[in-house]
Amino acid sequence: MHQRWPYLLLIGVLVAAGLTTAMYRHQTYGIPLLPSAEQRVWQVEARIQFNASGRETQVFLALPPLQSGFSVVDSNYASSGFGFDIDKSRRQERAHWTKRAASGAQTLFYKVELLADSFEQTRDTSPGLLPAPSWQEPYRTAAQEVLSGILPTSADGRSTAQQIVQRMQTQPPDQNISMLLDTRSRAELLTDLMLSAQVPARTVEVLQLEDGRRRQALTSYVQIWQDDTWHLVDPETGLVNNTRNKLLWVTDAPALLEVVGGSASRVTFSMLSSVRPSLSVAKERFGDFDISLYSLPIAEQGMFKLIMLLPIGALVVVFMRVVIGLKTSGTFMPVLIALAFLQTELLPGLLSFLIVVAIGLIIRSYLSELNLLLVARIAALVMIVIGIITLFSVVSSRMGLIGGLTISFFPMIILAWTIERLSITWEEEGPQEVLKQGGGSLFVAVIAYLGMTLSIVEHLAFNFPELHLVVLALVLLLGRYTGYRLLELHRFAAFQPKNPQ
Amino acid sequence: MNSWLKDWISPRFLRRNGVLGMNQRNIGYIAKYNDRSRFPLVDNKLLTKRVVERAQIAAPKLIAVVSVQHEIEEITDILHNLDQFVIKPAHGSGGKGILVIVARDGDRFVKSSGASISLDELKRHLSNTLSGLHSLGGRPDQAFVETLVRVEDLFTEYSHEGVPDIRIIVFQGYPVMGMLRLATRASDGKANLHQGAVGVGLDLATGQAISAVQHDLPVTHHPDTGADFTNLHIGNWLQLLTLAARCFEVTRLGYLGCDIVIDQERGPLILELNARPGLSVQIANGAGLLPRLRAIEALEDVPVDVADRVEYAMNHFGGRVEAAQQTLWEEQEG
Repeated sequence: MHQRWPYLLLIGVLVAAGLTTAMYRHQTYGIPLLPSAEQRVWQVEARIQFNASGRETQVFLALPPLQSGFSVVDSNYASSGFGFDIDKSRRQERAHWTKRAASGAQTLFYKVELLADSFEQTRDTSPGLLPAPSWQEPYRTAAQEVLSGILPTSADGRSTAQQIVQRMQTQPPDQNISMLLDTRSRAELLTDLMLSAQVPARTVEVLQLEDGRRRQALTSYVQIWQDDTWHLVDPETGLVNNTRNKLLWVTDAPALLEVVGGSASRVTFSMLSSVRPSLSVAKERFGDFDISLYSLPIAEQGMFKLIMLLPIGALVVVFMRVVIGLKTSGTFMPVLIALAFLQTELLPGLLSFLIVVAIGLIIRSYLSELNLLLVARIAALVMIVIGIITLFSVVSSRMGLIGGLTISFFPMIILAWTIERLSITWEEEGPQEVLKQGGGSLFVAVIAYLGMTLSIVEHLAFNFPELHLVVLALVLLLGRYTGYRLLELHRFAAFQPKNPQ
Repeated sequence: MNSWLKDWISPRFLRRNGVLGMNQRNIGYIAKYNDRSRFPLVDNKLLTKRVVERAQIAAPKLIAVVSVQHEIEEITDILHNLDQFVIKPAHGSGGKGILVIVARDGDRFVKSSGASISLDELKRHLSNTLSGLHSLGGRPDQAFVETLVRVEDLFTEYSHEGVPDIRIIVFQGYPVMGMLRLATRASDGKANLHQGAVGVGLDLATGQAISAVQHDLPVTHHPDTGADFTNLHIGNWLQLLTLAARCFEVTRLGYLGCDIVIDQERGPLILELNARPGLSVQIANGAGLLPRLRAIEALEDVPVDVADRVEYAMNHFGGRVEAAQQTLWEEQEG
């Protein structure tokens, strides 16, 4: 009461810390929020072939630049006998193979695995003002005529590009355009015209991603700069809105492939796409995410998968007791039972639990006539529980029921105490109370089990342990809940006004 | 109205009636007004007994204490010579482990239910108690023997067996609500409401019965003896309330339940104290605790004197006066 602010602040901080950490890890490492999340991975292979002349040989291959929508998971430079490094001396990185003396036909591979990743957003760097091309006559006049026909009716760079592409497509062909196309490709012409219109533009080489295609070449596209970002323009069809299957390969390099000391060089591309669970992609990309439960040995990971579910069970218990008002036998006994259910599956677990407790209660009623001290009685009960479980397992496996084998997952001491408590309740408050408390405990255990087996809960609890801060905040909130419990609305029903108006 | 729904009440009605819920009791009253360090004083009934005795507050007399197993043999001599006594665990909760011996049948001890047990069974009960069977969490415990209260004749027709006791809720030293708890056949001679005892709400001004409930449902007659509750009136009411109010000074617990029995000869006696008194008293009285608790929380000068506090309670929380207050409170709410 008197410390309301720090309390609310603490709750807020816990929730914010949990959620932001989870969001951060989701976005940076791509750990999926849903267990079923899948992502498309492209495997692209560039195959370089050339005839070496027997002298020192150097091969440069432009590497796909950082770009929005794709992130590199893995790359590999297979090359027998060639030295390899990455050449960063130019604006675009290049793979660089070298060999002192090579002769004959050579084949080099560059393989890259790319993740189609909508979170990958690269900020393009501004190209500044690019110099306009110097046209030779008569091309200068032709270009000027084309532009003067377009510029008055275009609003911005994008619409200018769109109109130029349209003009290039018209039938019969525009005479100026036809003449200009004699000396340049469509992409180059589009770039030059855009530059003359003082819109930054460049010709880029793009790989069309299509599953299972082999021996593909790059296609020339144009990028124009507007609103702080590059827009891709297909010189045949105009602006490209969907760049999902278009991988920029050459943007700033002088050429895709450069071979020194060889001839008849060429590069072809093959690609393959596959859909993989996001989680395994993320694990592959970042090793085992710097700080995460995946850095533990496998055996411990298995244990933590269970431990990380405990808070969920505890939350269910708190909710059931504080908000619903259910009585349970032993505060957190239901959580332990629920954990046991996780290993045994629900129905076999419930069944074996009931059988063990029932047999235990019968034997316990005999024990109470023996005038035993409490500790001795509990110890005897533990052994009896072990006996029942052993018998049950042996008999059921003889009969071919697998369920019996998993019964040993039940925490024996807890079972013994449960039997002891229920037995005392039976003696002092009658079988009705036993049903009430036992039933309440089982009900809470089943709800906790159902909550813990939701695949989304399991996934989040293990992959985003920081979300437990939110669970903690919820428990803290429930801990100060002063409203009526649901069952109190029944308990106090006598306060119902006699004549409802 | 749907018959299933009739067993339920909307939280709005409960709030309007000022009914105190379990969560609010725990957070708003027990946690706030009851200092944790004072809990052992009431959780350990032996300790309560000693403190109460020292303050010269009337209570059943302590006969013997058993703390370790071998002492069980030592006290059998004492028990041999007694016809009537009560054995209690120091840490029992909810009436667990209380053994009431009302008479002797040769070597056997007759329980309040009429069944008799042997000395061996008695010893086993003591031994069980010491090893923690009746205490919370099974901690090793102590047991003690005290004198049996001779129930005032007035109550015999109202109680199936066992000792009827009066639970007074004392808030900050002010008695705020009271009820008489009567054992029934269903409750096996125990005066705990959740075990089936009858709770009779008492007018705080007079000690007159207002209404009664069993299993949280209203009743007008005792289910076993058939006695009509409307004629029930507790004598020595002022003395009884004063006894309850004095327990505040002894325990310094702000939210306290005092269990009082009325002995034929000695009058009201403190039986035990409870730092977490239940909420059924509200059902027995047909009234919520909240308006009364808030009234006391709103008091500025707290009169230290016990007599003043009892007088305030009788004047403000009595039946008729309170009905007027209730409407006032409702108006404010509305």
